[in-house]
Amino acid sequence: MLEGVDIGRKDGQRWLLRHVHVRVSPGDRVALVGPTGSGKTLLLRALAMLDRLDEGTVRWKGKDVHGDAVPLFRSRCVYLHQQPALLEGTVEENWRAVYQLAVHRQRRYDRTRMLQWLNLLSRDASFLIKRLNTLSGGEQQITALLRAIQIDPEVLLLDEPTSALDPQATRDVELLVQRWIEEAPAERALVWVTHDARQAQRVADRTLRMKEGQLVEETDAELR
Amino acid sequence: MPNYVELTYGQVALAALLIVVNGAVSIMLQLKMERLLAIAALRTIVQLLLVGWVLEWVFGLEAWYVVMALACLMTAIAGATAVRRNEHRYPGIWINTLISVWVSSWFVTGYVLLAVLQEIQHWYQPQYAIPLLGMVLGNTLNGISIGLSTLTESLVTRRREVETWLSLGGTRWEAARRPIQHAVRTGMIPIINSMMVVGVVSLPGMMTGQLVSGMSPIEAVKYQIVIMFMVASATALGTVGVVLLAFLRLFSADHQFLASRIRRLADTRATPHN
Repeated sequence: MLEGVDIGRKDGQRWLLRHVHVRVSPGDRVALVGPTGSGKTLLLRALAMLDRLDEGTVRWKGKDVHGDAVPLFRSRCVYLHQQPALLEGTVEENWRAVYQLAVHRQRRYDRTRMLQWLNLLSRDASFLIKRLNTLSGGEQQITALLRAIQIDPEVLLLDEPTSALDPQATRDVELLVQRWIEEAPAERALVWVTHDARQAQRVADRTLRMKEGQLVEETDAELR
Repeated sequence: MPNYVELTYGQVALAALLIVVNGAVSIMLQLKMERLLAIAALRTIVQLLLVGWVLEWVFGLEAWYVVMALACLMTAIAGATAVRRNEHRYPGIWINTLISVWVSSWFVTGYVLLAVLQEIQHWYQPQYAIPLLGMVLGNTLNGISIGLSTLTESLVTRRREVETWLSLGGTRWEAARRPIQHAVRTGMIPIINSMMVVGVVSLPGMMTGQLVSGMSPIEAVKYQIVIMFMVASATALGTVGVVLLAFLRLFSADHQFLASRIRRLADTRATPHN
């Protein structure tokens, strides 16, 4: 459903990404690995159309995405920063704020559902009124992840969401994403950027490896 | 026969002696500001005399093209000053700022010359056109440059927040709304503050001048009210203009935040970008 066709980005004369082809189908769980500076984040941002491309296009369900179709596309295919940006205020205020965006006006904030998600992580309603400055790194990441999940995206683009987290918080995030996929495994997909080969095995069925701005290898978990 | 005391150059020199006070303070407290003071004093004298001669000449000619040329020059200098005060640059900042300064100051000054001061002989009568434009430019400059630098600064520091809104399906406008509001508000604060205290804490320079030249206080005050509203509306127009033009340069039609276009001044000499 999400496809990057011949993606290229350069800084001055230097190509940061070149001739990258990616295809993400419903049900896909893709890990994106590679050394620092190999272009993993850039590729993920390119797939979310957050940066201007010098070559290639992003296609969503077979169509190029342009202009005023971009916000709707991004609400279906959500990119999450490595360090989440949360607003001042409480966790729940952060979640509610999303519904101010025109693209989500039809939807309504659903507290019961959010409590169910929190329950999964052994947290209760007191989490809702926690203020931003009292959240740990892991709690911030969970808040950001649930903020995205509540609008029912079809693809999550996760940029090293657990790189700064302790093992317990990492497991929480992995569990949350796992459950999100399991809710509708035939319709949802994710691309997860990670440094950790074991995490790649845990969270993905398919691994893409990047080197110097190019995709160099693709491994299917089944073949390993 | 003017109803004010005409100063001779000798009398001006007597007033200039007051700079000795500054010199004495500097020497007594060892501030080592003597050189700076001397330069500042000299610049005050030279710059103002030059302006005086130029205006004397322009006022004498009363030709529309000379007034226009001077007005263009003043506007261009104001625009350039507004950009220079900003420590960030983006491609198009010069033309955008110039357009904002130009449109806002000329629209407001034009309105006053044509619609408010109905009894002047020509719209280009330099006695009105030049000082009014000068007042507007001098005072709107502040708001425009503050609005612009607040926008670039807050876009740089809140980049992740802006991108988070975009990532969740926000339009470029929704994503930039807070920095834009913050910038326009910050740009308008100085003029609102000065409207609050005008006449109470300070007597504006133009009004002082009119009082000295023999105008009745009520007449001088009327002019000052006109000026205050000119400055207020030109500041609003100019600040909104410069902020919106910057927004259009920094956000693409595909709702992307082109953050790499903003460069800190120290970095602009490095490789060109995008």
